[in-house]
Amino acid sequence: MSVEQLLAVLIDGIIYSAWLFVAAVGLTLIYGVMKIVNVTHGSFYALGAYAAASITGALLARGMPPSLSYAVLLGSALLVTLVVAPLIERGILRFMYAKDEVVILLITYALFLILEDAIKLIWGVSPYFIAQPYGLLGSFDVLDLTYPYYNLILVGVAILCGGGLAWMLNHTRTGKLLVAVIHDTEVSRAMGINVERMYLFTFTFGSMLAAVGGAFTAPTVSVVPGLGVEVIVLSFAVVVIGGLGSLPGAALGAVIVGLVRSATIHYLPQVELFVIYLVMAMVLAFRPRGLFSLAEARKI
Amino acid sequence: MAAILDAQGLHKSFGAVTAASDINVAIEKDSVLGLIGTNGAGKTTFINMITGYLKPDRGRIHYEGRDITQLAPRDITRIGIGRSFQIPQLYASLSAFENMMIGIGVVLWNAGRGGYFSRGRPLVPGYDLPAEQVAERLLERFGLAEYRDKNAQVLPGGVRKLLDIALTMVARPKILLLDEPTSGVSAEEKFAIMEMIMQAVRAEGITVLFVEHDMEVVSRFAERVLAFYDGRIIADGPPDEALNDPEVKRYVVGGELHRLDAAQARPRA
Amino acid sequence: MSAGRAPFTLALILVVILAVGPFAPQWTLFLLTIALAKGLVVLGLMLLLRCGLVSFGQALYYCIGAYAAGMLGRYFGMSDLFTLMLAGMAASALAALVLGFLLARYRGIFFGLLSLALSMILYGLLVKTEALGSSDGFHVLPSTLFGVRPADAWVRYAVLAVAAVVAVIVALLVHRYLDTPLGKLAPAIKDNEIRVEYMGASARYAIHVKYVIAAALAGLGGALAATTVGHVDPEMAYWTTSGEFIFITILAGTGSVIAPFLGALIFGIIQTVAFGISPNTWQMVLGTSLLVVIVFLPHGLWSLFRRRKAA
Repeated sequence: MSVEQLLAVLIDGIIYSAWLFVAAVGLTLIYGVMKIVNVTHGSFYALGAYAAASITGALLARGMPPSLSYAVLLGSALLVTLVVAPLIERGILRFMYAKDEVVILLITYALFLILEDAIKLIWGVSPYFIAQPYGLLGSFDVLDLTYPYYNLILVGVAILCGGGLAWMLNHTRTGKLLVAVIHDTEVSRAMGINVERMYLFTFTFGSMLAAVGGAFTAPTVSVVPGLGVEVIVLSFAVVVIGGLGSLPGAALGAVIVGLVRSATIHYLPQVELFVIYLVMAMVLAFRPRGLFSLAEARKI
Repeated sequence: MAAILDAQGLHKSFGAVTAASDINVAIEKDSVLGLIGTNGAGKTTFINMITGYLKPDRGRIHYEGRDITQLAPRDITRIGIGRSFQIPQLYASLSAFENMMIGIGVVLWNAGRGGYFSRGRPLVPGYDLPAEQVAERLLERFGLAEYRDKNAQVLPGGVRKLLDIALTMVARPKILLLDEPTSGVSAEEKFAIMEMIMQAVRAEGITVLFVEHDMEVVSRFAERVLAFYDGRIIADGPPDEALNDPEVKRYVVGGELHRLDAAQARPRA
Repeated sequence: MSAGRAPFTLALILVVILAVGPFAPQWTLFLLTIALAKGLVVLGLMLLLRCGLVSFGQALYYCIGAYAAGMLGRYFGMSDLFTLMLAGMAASALAALVLGFLLARYRGIFFGLLSLALSMILYGLLVKTEALGSSDGFHVLPSTLFGVRPADAWVRYAVLAVAAVVAVIVALLVHRYLDTPLGKLAPAIKDNEIRVEYMGASARYAIHVKYVIAAALAGLGGALAATTVGHVDPEMAYWTTSGEFIFITILAGTGSVIAPFLGALIFGIIQTVAFGISPNTWQMVLGTSLLVVIVFLPHGLWSLFRRRKAA
């Protein structure tokens, strides 16, 4: 167990945690406010990736300076979410909130299936590949390991998202209203908070975070159909570990899962694929509500 | 008379809140006990501890000489301690009749009857009748016959309370703990409901303990009153004494009590 | 469909399948057999749904049953259909007996997510197990019945016949179970567990029992599917497979033991037709169908039959 290996585990872990956090934090926000487990989260991740890849690729081909590509990645993600998310929330979800939480989950699952094919119809099934934003900034060395600077962008995006969200929830008016809704929807409504508008905002914002995650991942992979499928279960794992609805929980969950996965890749590759779910199962077994959770009122 | 239920030194806290502090109560067989106290005084916590929903931090509970402190609610019910709830616990999507049938099914299951390999209609222990007849009989006894096929969630408040109590009778309890049987019921109905309950219940020689906020109901129906305050029992005696105890007046009743005698208390038919 | 009619209808369906089978095209026989296999899994899910529980990871037991059947062939040369189905059922039931101690404590979303996690653990394990073919899986030996390998033209029919008989027997057994006190406890557990406890029953015990039964059914279905398709792979444990089962469960509803099989058949037809029209839109068709059923037929397709009877 050399220092170099340990460092590799740490750095890989942080990078992966950053990606997990950005991918999962929107899911926990949506659950916290709307009390729904949103399977379309994976669809928005994919939408973000596809929009980013196709738009950035097209603009780069037309001679856009590569340094602008990062802004375009972000912009594409925001654009596609602003179009699709409100449509879904206002058009379909809005009528379903009275239903059981498992039923709503199944509705979002149905929407996920529909969106999977919608993506194929719009963007086709061939892979999209935009290499430039990834290699543009060059790489740096830590001891004998080489890392592209791009990975720092990912970490930066994660910190920005987390910090920004925390700031918003604690220091802005909208954020405080959201916290009220997170605690109790009925009471919030009785106090005059426009809960429906909060739902629309949350769904859009949460999905946007997923799309941003997808967009910034796009330059590191080849964007193909099915991109969102694995993200869904991974995000579930992170969010469940941290506690559904908890922002610090999502961060902690992401760090735990990221480091554990990184460690297993380096030391025990045979368990790499399922160790995350093992951690999720163990957390659920010992702390059913996750590591951070809201208090429960008495029933009888 | 022997004590059917004996609680000794019960303590229970939830973090900084002490819900029960050194509770000692010996309940005699075939008696009627009224529990009074403000909200949060520890009455429901006491019932929750006896029925196993909560475990006391310290202390013991004995039932018919046996230590039942660590038993779960389902075991408590099986040995003969029944309990009704402040907020009626019913099966909302099932009819009153179906609610009763579920309870009877459980009693049959516990008695080893009506399982996968049984044939015909098994008889319910204690009644020696088939399940449906037991259900009808209990519904009638509590005046619920007309609500037989209505879903529990559409039943009016007082009816829900009665169904909640009727459900506890299925398992033939020897002692019944009623948590606010008349709360949420209009002033006129209170006495009628309490009369009906007591008649149905006392006919079987069941020991009754009921939580109540209406002092008139308490003085009319209870033989002995326990007053709770801040997790402690501050008075224990016949209604006259307990309700006029200065501490009870101060913390629970508040001021003078005007007693109605039985005739005045009966509502218009 | 009143409870008393189910046995008669089941017997009727069995007779029809056995009589018409020899004249049906091979692809129909295949479709029907797979529908029976998935129907078995969904029958189990229906038991849990009646308690208010949805397992997001039932594919775990489907896969265990399938791999058990496959491994008996691969390592022991066994190919008798009955033995394999029994083995699949037993393996899954055993796993559920153990896992049930943990899972029976959970409700709602957490039950779903924990079951999901467990199925994904199996998926990950299988993908990394080279001895079992990793993500490619491996082939399953052709079925034999009582030591005899049916002629090629008759294999599909033979398997279907066996599957139909087994499915009908199982459905009748479950139907009987629904009439017992534990079986009837399901809607009570769903509505008010506290009341169940205070009536003197253990909700956890009842759920554990149903969980094991559901797993046994899924294992049975998995073994059947493995032998019919002739192949097993880790995808059988993936969450999308569980999603399919949930889809069929919603489609079928909880009205009768026949509903899961009907739902599986309709699902199979939709899937085949939609995939045939356009491989890139069949998921969209599925998703839309699911939405339509949830919104307009919340009690599943079976509620259509119920209404017709009442009218």
